[in-house]
Amino acid sequence: MNKNLSKEKLEVLSTAAKNVRRSILEMVTAAKSGHPGGSLSAVEIMTSLYFEVMDIDINDPQKEDRDRFVLSKGHATPVLYGTLAEKGFFPKEEIQNFRKINSILQGHPDMKNIPGVDMSSGSLGQGLSVANGMALAGKLNKSEKHVYALLGDGEIQEGQIWEAAMSAAHYKLDNMIAFLDYNGLQIDGDVEDVMAVHPLDAKWEAFNWHVQVIDGHDFNAIFSAIDQAKATKGKPSVIIAKTVKGKGVSFMENKAEWHGSAPSPEQLAQALEELK
Amino acid sequence: MSKTIATRDAYGKALVELGKENKDIVVLDADLSKSTKTAGFYNEFPERFFNMGIAEADLMGTAAGFAAAGKIPFASTFAIFATGRAYDQIRNSIGYPKLNVKIAATHAGLTVGEDGATHQALEDIALMRVIPNMTVIVPADGPETEQAIRAAADMKGPVYIRLGRPNLPVLNSDDYKFELGKGVVLKEGSDVTIVATGVMVSVAVEAAELLSKDGVSAEVVNIHTIKPIDKDLLVKSAQKTGAVVTAEEHNIMGGLGSVVSEVLGQFAPTPIEMVGTEDTFGESGTPNELLQKYGLTAEKIAEKAKRAMARK
Repeated sequence: MNKNLSKEKLEVLSTAAKNVRRSILEMVTAAKSGHPGGSLSAVEIMTSLYFEVMDIDINDPQKEDRDRFVLSKGHATPVLYGTLAEKGFFPKEEIQNFRKINSILQGHPDMKNIPGVDMSSGSLGQGLSVANGMALAGKLNKSEKHVYALLGDGEIQEGQIWEAAMSAAHYKLDNMIAFLDYNGLQIDGDVEDVMAVHPLDAKWEAFNWHVQVIDGHDFNAIFSAIDQAKATKGKPSVIIAKTVKGKGVSFMENKAEWHGSAPSPEQLAQALEELK
Repeated sequence: MSKTIATRDAYGKALVELGKENKDIVVLDADLSKSTKTAGFYNEFPERFFNMGIAEADLMGTAAGFAAAGKIPFASTFAIFATGRAYDQIRNSIGYPKLNVKIAATHAGLTVGEDGATHQALEDIALMRVIPNMTVIVPADGPETEQAIRAAADMKGPVYIRLGRPNLPVLNSDDYKFELGKGVVLKEGSDVTIVATGVMVSVAVEAAELLSKDGVSAEVVNIHTIKPIDKDLLVKSAQKTGAVVTAEEHNIMGGLGSVVSEVLGQFAPTPIEMVGTEDTFGESGTPNELLQKYGLTAEKIAEKAKRAMARK
């Protein structure tokens, strides 16, 4: 526990993260729509999962016994597509077709057509239940694999999340690890102004979850939290990851208006310059 | 027709049999397992039964996760909660990804009875059939239910199976063969076609007997699969008789009447009359009182059959 990542691993992850950020911006700009803010905030979480943590095979994305991931905050699909492309599930050029007609890369994740996508999502609040179902199936199969879910802090205003929080604890789903991308902003502004969700740790604890609060951009913190979550038996784990919406692009950081708008080509150029 | 059984009882029985044969079958319920009859499965296979509590959205989402991981989940609750409360979950987490979830919803229609309007699903067929990828089955009796459940388990993809609360007469013999997507001609006739589904199939048979006393030869068709609909059979029968009446325990808007109108309007325009609830909520009462009050009777079918014939 708490062992720090080797320099080499950190380097691989940092490079992947930078490339994923670039992909996010490129695909949203090419599509002239999409959700950059909440995608950029989740980059370190996603690259950690896909480049280091999850047992997956790009040559056999449907392998039955594998770790699975559910992007419950489905609108952050640029971070999922960017990560999958970076990992090699499909050619990187494909991201230019994001949200365009006849593309595999639908505006929100589509498990039927995109290699590496474990669940379709987009209607908020549904992913945690799905992750629970996968985790229950894993338990029946006596599988050692884990299910990961990524939730948004605005998303947890949906009641179904708390139904699922209840059932995950009831069924003691210690093979299910949820990340909460706590960037503090949603479409209409500050999460606490729109519909307050705090206190987050106490809420999840009250639902009988194992709770950790970390810096969601710190790879070492993410890995240590996942290790601790895996070591926790008899209850599901949530990792509340404090993040910055629009992370990595100066003019996007902490601005709610970048939740769902695309940069101009000039803004893209500036952002890519910052992400060199 | 002395023997009666509720379709939900047949469902419970079929589940237990299937559970023995196929280890991938799991059952989820929302605190209604004694009513939906999934409790039998729980008794046999407690490790594969999951009570999700009173949380239908979570029930459907969890079922989707099971299916995404290779299991064959049967998700059960009352039809009104399954299709109404969890519509978005069924649409987005089950229908869109075409996941192998079987939604077996009981207590559909007016025949829930005394609980009244809040518990009487009269729009569930409409809601489910408009979801792409969804198969919709409405069995008419116990034997048909058992086979429908088996057919649903055998096919890959989402299925909605509409079941009822009360005991129903057994129409089909033990050697009956259910074929998904195929209608069943229960009685041949030449003057009018009665197309019925679910509870109303046995009522349609009664209506045909009433009509025959008046010298009218009615063909009776049991449409157990609403989607995909048996277009060929509907067109053939309508072309033969030239008049159609539909009968369903559902709003005539969006249900069987609409399906038959859509098919015949395109492929064999025919005068059609509809028996079902007419854009109204139900109320409390015994099942039979409600069927009478809302006109879901053999007499009403016969009356509308004659009206359809007059429009030839």
